[in-house]
Amino acid sequence: MSAPRTLFDKIWDSHLVDRQDDGTCLIYIDRHLVHEVTSPQAFEGLRMTGRTVRRPEATLAVPDHNVPTSGRAQGIDDEESRIQVEQLSKNCDEFGVPLFGMDDVRQGVVHIIGPEQGFTLPGMTIVCGDSHTATHGAFGSLAFGIGTSEVEHVLATQTLIQKPAKNMRITVEGKLPVGVTAKDMVLAIIGKIGTAGGTGYVIEYAGEAIRDLSMEGRMTVCNMSIEGGARAGLIAPDEKTFEYIMGRPMSPKGAAWEQALAYWKTLPSDEGASYDKELVLKAADIEPQVTWGTSPEDVIPVSASIPGPDAAPDDNKRSAIERSLDYMGLTAGTPISEVAVDTVFIGSCTNGRIEDLREVAAVAKGRKVAENVRAMIVPGSGLVKEQAEEEGLDQIFIEAGFDWREPGCSMCLAMNADKLAPGERCASTSNRNFEGRQGRGGRTHLVSPGMAAAAAVTGHITDVRELG
Amino acid sequence: MDKFDKLTGTAAPLPLVNIDTDMIIPKQFLKTIKRTGLREGLFYELRTDEDGNAKDFILDQPAYKDAQILVAGDNFGCGSSREHAPWALLDAGIRCIIAPSFADIFYNNCFKNGILPIALPQEQVDLLMDDAGRGANAVISVDLEAQEIKGPDGGTISFEIDAFRKHCLMNGLDDIGLTMAKGEKIDSFEERRKLSQPWA
Repeated sequence: MSAPRTLFDKIWDSHLVDRQDDGTCLIYIDRHLVHEVTSPQAFEGLRMTGRTVRRPEATLAVPDHNVPTSGRAQGIDDEESRIQVEQLSKNCDEFGVPLFGMDDVRQGVVHIIGPEQGFTLPGMTIVCGDSHTATHGAFGSLAFGIGTSEVEHVLATQTLIQKPAKNMRITVEGKLPVGVTAKDMVLAIIGKIGTAGGTGYVIEYAGEAIRDLSMEGRMTVCNMSIEGGARAGLIAPDEKTFEYIMGRPMSPKGAAWEQALAYWKTLPSDEGASYDKELVLKAADIEPQVTWGTSPEDVIPVSASIPGPDAAPDDNKRSAIERSLDYMGLTAGTPISEVAVDTVFIGSCTNGRIEDLREVAAVAKGRKVAENVRAMIVPGSGLVKEQAEEEGLDQIFIEAGFDWREPGCSMCLAMNADKLAPGERCASTSNRNFEGRQGRGGRTHLVSPGMAAAAAVTGHITDVRELG
Repeated sequence: MDKFDKLTGTAAPLPLVNIDTDMIIPKQFLKTIKRTGLREGLFYELRTDEDGNAKDFILDQPAYKDAQILVAGDNFGCGSSREHAPWALLDAGIRCIIAPSFADIFYNNCFKNGILPIALPQEQVDLLMDDAGRGANAVISVDLEAQEIKGPDGGTISFEIDAFRKHCLMNGLDDIGLTMAKGEKIDSFEERRKLSQPWA
């Protein structure tokens, strides 16, 4: 009998093309997602060396980082952005790579469209020149972000040179309290392990609270693995996973479906498989979370007050806290719920899916966005937008005073026209609160969609559970 | 890719933890379709004020203008996968970064561009940070073959590095070329998978 293996071990072993004596491995890549920002230099590299794309049909491209979220029919104003998006189309055309262009209803944030199309499947290796590729791990696939040199490597060879990661398991036991979501769970985890806690590991999320999550919630958790330093997050596939995938445009059909399903059911970690690191959290202890600083690890429950430098374990962390408080314009000891916001951003690969929008609508219904707050909702894809409109969510948003926009990455990283002004404070459902991330001098508080909606209607950070 | 064997030069101190790739190169510089010319964007928001005026950032100070080495805090390069971060560092002449730890994707991206990232225990980084603080008078030598760093006062620090990455860096090897040489293995892998997982 072979030794018990983890989900990660199984995927790794089944993708091994070659292993050198020094332990360096060549692993096969099943799916490659491509966007306009991290791919032009890779295609240029192919062109210069006369190489081709090995498996165009295993590759899917979409412009998302630079696309405008309003007035799209007029094209892209910013010349550099326009060139980058046009270059993606040219490259896809030249190398035969399928593309969902800006006017395609299937266009959207790269990590939203992969699962939506059934391009993302359990047991696969999936890469993209984007650190939030970990999102796809929600399906029990090994998915991680790569740099542009590796994008070129995958385009040319359908493989990557890698060393195996270490296994970490994070178990969230019990049931999440009402009003506490997947986003709060992953922020609480990052608060616990720190932004480098997962470096060198692949995190497998397990436990009742993880299994209870919808596929959307699982994607939110896996998405932010990189904010805890882990290149990939994984959740074992189960009936919810299979139900989500069945019937999607690119998922297997008929006999192939049955064959795939039988294989997918063998993927969950074996009883007794060993992990290099383990962490157990109780779901009942998790409250809605809010970041106060400039690293995702700077996170507190909504009922808490902003910490000060005295809370730091060492000098480096002390100066980091001082720097963060200064940048964020906050005073230690202030209850986080007293912090007023100027802007609310709802969207991104973390929280731009239909379930996130339903969470927002539940809070927004019958309420109004506070005066002096600008609130925008950017759906994760054209299909998410369509579904939200079918459900009438757009009407709820518009009546409440939210700006309902076209799909894209938008203000998550502010590469398009959607950005914060210096000093502007934002409650955001995105994934990074780094200095300048949403616009130079902008101040970001990461929260769940419900918490973002609550901040929009009250004008300050608010425990969404108080709105009933 | 340029080879890396020995490097002797000024080291610039950057005593911040969690220096993320947004900080190394902000988003407005990611709109290029080229790998070169990114030095202008390097540490842009630390380097300039909101009106674009220079803020006397460490790499702009006369003593560090020619720095080839950075000494930085824990978890250097966290965040986005943008390879524009190592491209910008390289474009500004940085060939080596020393820190207590690095984020995985950034660490990997360095090797693809002839940059040597060295992870050392905090106490040793603290010593080198002090050395770096002494400016152009404090030259640090890095010997990849011997896996050693020599400080200005003659002290030697050893470092660890993966053998294959060392080999590629010392010889300036192109990963894609190496993998293409294993084309038959990839072919046979694909043949096997067509039978076992036809949907994949």
